[in-house]
Amino acid sequence: MSSLYEEISAPPAAGVPVRRVTLNVNGQDRTVDVEPRLLLAHLLRQGLKLTGTHTGCDTSNCGACTVLFDGRPIKSCTMFAVQADGHEVQTVEGLATQSSLHPLQEGFKEEHGLQCGFCTPGMMMAAKALLESNPNPTEDEIRWAISGNLCRCTGYQNIVKAILWAAEKMRGSSN
Amino acid sequence: MYPPRFNYESPKSLAEAISLLTAGGGEAKVLAGGQSLVPMLKLRFASPEMLVDINNIPGLNYVRRDADGSIHIGALCRHEDLEKSEVIAEHQPTIAAAAPLVADPIVRTRGTFVGSVCHADPQGDWSATMIALDGHIVAQGPNGKRNIPARDFVTGPFQNALAFDEIAIEAVIPAPKGDVHGGYLKLERRVGDFATAAVAVALETSGGKVIRAGIALTGVGGRTINANVAADSLVGSALTIESITRAGELAAAAAEPRSDHRGSASYKRHIVSTFLTRILNNISESTVKAA
Repeated sequence: MSSLYEEISAPPAAGVPVRRVTLNVNGQDRTVDVEPRLLLAHLLRQGLKLTGTHTGCDTSNCGACTVLFDGRPIKSCTMFAVQADGHEVQTVEGLATQSSLHPLQEGFKEEHGLQCGFCTPGMMMAAKALLESNPNPTEDEIRWAISGNLCRCTGYQNIVKAILWAAEKMRGSSN
Repeated sequence: MYPPRFNYESPKSLAEAISLLTAGGGEAKVLAGGQSLVPMLKLRFASPEMLVDINNIPGLNYVRRDADGSIHIGALCRHEDLEKSEVIAEHQPTIAAAAPLVADPIVRTRGTFVGSVCHADPQGDWSATMIALDGHIVAQGPNGKRNIPARDFVTGPFQNALAFDEIAIEAVIPAPKGDVHGGYLKLERRVGDFATAAVAVALETSGGKVIRAGIALTGVGGRTINANVAADSLVGSALTIESITRAGELAAAAAEPRSDHRGSASYKRHIVSTFLTRILNNISESTVKAA
């Protein structure tokens, strides 16, 4: 268990209780003490050391911090860690297994879906949510699904190709 | 960015939530989807002493159509729930048109319809649809429930008619008396940006004539604008090129846009009349086809 209120400069003010919360992150239950104002993105990065989730704009524009919350993509900089009590969170670290990459990770590699890589974790989590509800998306549907995730390098072209690549591979493996 | 400190409560019932708000004496704020509130806290535009998180209160996440035809949207119904709702797709074209245009797809999984109306952003989409549809908000406080018409709900930029100890628990779209038509068009520079301008339209027709009309404008004034003069001009006759053009002019006149980085005031007025005539033309064509 890690205490997270010390990440914020001063100890909690009198009368501000630190909350103990238990959330499931990538299949594992984690119990942490958090101050209510701690954002989920900061719990993941600083408290649980899962730095694959990036914080970009910090104003819910860029989508770099996208994780799956009970299977739905959310911007983890725009939710408090206390709100995740009793819920499931999936981050980019949960995609690969010990022996193999997730098809989305393979797709981003095969189709050169990244340059600097900053937006990539958020892109992959948004794409994962899309492919779970729509295994055979059109290019248009992919562009629509990642429209809340900003990339300043690729022009999106190869990201769309990477997701199409992953969708095809995932359909193939489920047949 | 860290928000200011606050006490956090996550009540399991509405009664508990209302007593927390009452005890907070105006310093407590309701947290639903948080997609506007959390950024405002981080930017320190708001610093409530307590957040009352209503996400753990059962029974608030619904959109349903009652036997009388009225549509009810619960306080925890997310934008995405409306985007994917068959009830909305089949029965409520104004909401159906606006749902995919709210914020971006990730924000839509979390943000709520009712919360967005309460946030009362002059550039928010849902207030315009609620005014066009002549809907109302159901507020629950220590002394029970009351209905607040959408046209009176927003009292100014980021200000609504709720008392500090009331929670908006439901949005209601009244039962239509005729055939339902509507649309929503929004100009934004990119997905997730605030509206440069947007127009919400809700019409009911009977026997080829408009029997009720509602038009509201987003992003072209200090609050959502009820273009009721333009709407009233359509009632009592069929949609014609002349009546549509006239309504477009009246709606543009009702707008109170300011020139800014999204465009000049005259450009925004032009968008308002263009969008309104476009929506009305679509409705006119679809009703002709249906007849």
